[in-house]
Amino acid sequence: MTLYRYLAEVIFFGFIVLILFGGLVTVWSRLLMHAVLGLAVAFIGVAGLFFHLGSPFMAMMQVLIYVGAVCVMLVFGIMVGHSPTQTDQLRWSGNNFLLASGTCIAGFVLLTTTLIRTQWTAATERVGDFSMQHLGNAFLHEFVLAFELISVVLLIAILGAIIIARPSQESDPS
Amino acid sequence: MSDVMNTSLFPPELLRILFTLVCAIVIVFGNAVVMGYLERKLAGRFQRRPGPMEVGWHGILQLAVDGVKLVGKQLIVPKQADKVLYRLAPIISFAPAIMPLVVIPFSPKLQGRDFDVGLLFILAVVAINVLAILVAGWSSNNKYSLLGAMRSVAQNVAYEIPMLLTLLSVILVTGTFSLRGIVEAQSGGAWFIFFMPVAFLIFFAATLAETNRAPFDLPEAESELTAGFMTEFSGMGFSLFFMAEYTYMFIACSLTVILFLGGWSGPPLPYGEYTSALWFFAKVYALLLTMIWIRWTFPRVRFDQLLNFCWKYLVPFSLVHLLVTAVVVKL
Repeated sequence: MTLYRYLAEVIFFGFIVLILFGGLVTVWSRLLMHAVLGLAVAFIGVAGLFFHLGSPFMAMMQVLIYVGAVCVMLVFGIMVGHSPTQTDQLRWSGNNFLLASGTCIAGFVLLTTTLIRTQWTAATERVGDFSMQHLGNAFLHEFVLAFELISVVLLIAILGAIIIARPSQESDPS
Repeated sequence: MSDVMNTSLFPPELLRILFTLVCAIVIVFGNAVVMGYLERKLAGRFQRRPGPMEVGWHGILQLAVDGVKLVGKQLIVPKQADKVLYRLAPIISFAPAIMPLVVIPFSPKLQGRDFDVGLLFILAVVAINVLAILVAGWSSNNKYSLLGAMRSVAQNVAYEIPMLLTLLSVILVTGTFSLRGIVEAQSGGAWFIFFMPVAFLIFFAATLAETNRAPFDLPEAESELTAGFMTEFSGMGFSLFFMAEYTYMFIACSLTVILFLGGWSGPPLPYGEYTSALWFFAKVYALLLTMIWIRWTFPRVRFDQLLNFCWKYLVPFSLVHLLVTAVVVKL
């Protein structure tokens, strides 16, 4: 048991290091492409954590959706407009600064309050059904409203993309 | 359990992992050699020339010589390239190619690990390859590479939809994502190709596009884009992409065999639990030869034809197929 226990710990902290490394690359890189790939590394680390917690289905979905779809789309968007030699400068203008720090603080507060208020039980002591069947039932019976509402986020994202991509009225000569 | 682990220097589970990985790497290299030779030889035959003949009997050692040449070649990094990503891209492409081999059941007892979500595992891991192609295309800082990578993404994203929809039809019938479970559901000759031939054709066409094979090889169209996303890669960088591509073809054909052609099932053999892997490999290589045959027979499609074929034919057909399967299963 001991050897496997040690190995499991090593792998667990390996994933933690992977997530931190990916996150730091995402934040510190001045090249947008490196930032997105750092994000992909962090996502793979999170998938590893899901795996470690005994939910391979969640891990697979994490890789399939976040690395395979979200990161690919981000990279695709970047490669159209950025060359490998072009780095972005920091822009600390008033509005940017306020919006960015506001979002960060709000996110931080939200996460910490949830972290503190949740009753955490160790994964090994937790009993229950974590099978795919259970997940499917939960999504399509118990929490069907929340599940459907989340997909509205995607709709908003698509609408936002169209609004950003549409040529502005003033610059349009026609 | 615990005292066994403490007394033994090499715990059995670790040995098993090591053995599986060694086997997976052997399959990757073996497949690349066999496929490389077959492809060149058959391409020659299709064009009425003998193909490689000089090295060894009928050029059988050609790939070994090519391997030595590629290892010895200088790795050239373009001046304006992103150095780190340029070096990483072949590795990001090659590493996920090994992982699916762990869950593929070659015979009832030859499988690295049976997963309840084995099918999803393969799909998820293979998705990383798209990222590798994008990184390769972008970091080379070359117009051909960039165009090849962008085509690759458009194609992969589009053809993933009919592929997943046909997969879903099979999953509806078997009720499991475990590859072993899917094979066992087809035991006794009840292969899914007999019940859903349309799904088989759609899936095979989609895998051709997903693995960037002709007639859908636009990401690396030689006559228009030099070599697409791998234009700038030389030596081992190129050969890693090359091996990864043949491994992805092997994986795609293995998936087709598992989903539609009954996996390892076939006439009984002595020690069938192990030797029935022969049937598996026979079926996989039959499909791989079909892929080579298609490549040297059909001309490359145009990009609009490629996307039209997917969205106007494959997607509607696979949707209808899924609906029909669902109704039949419920009846």
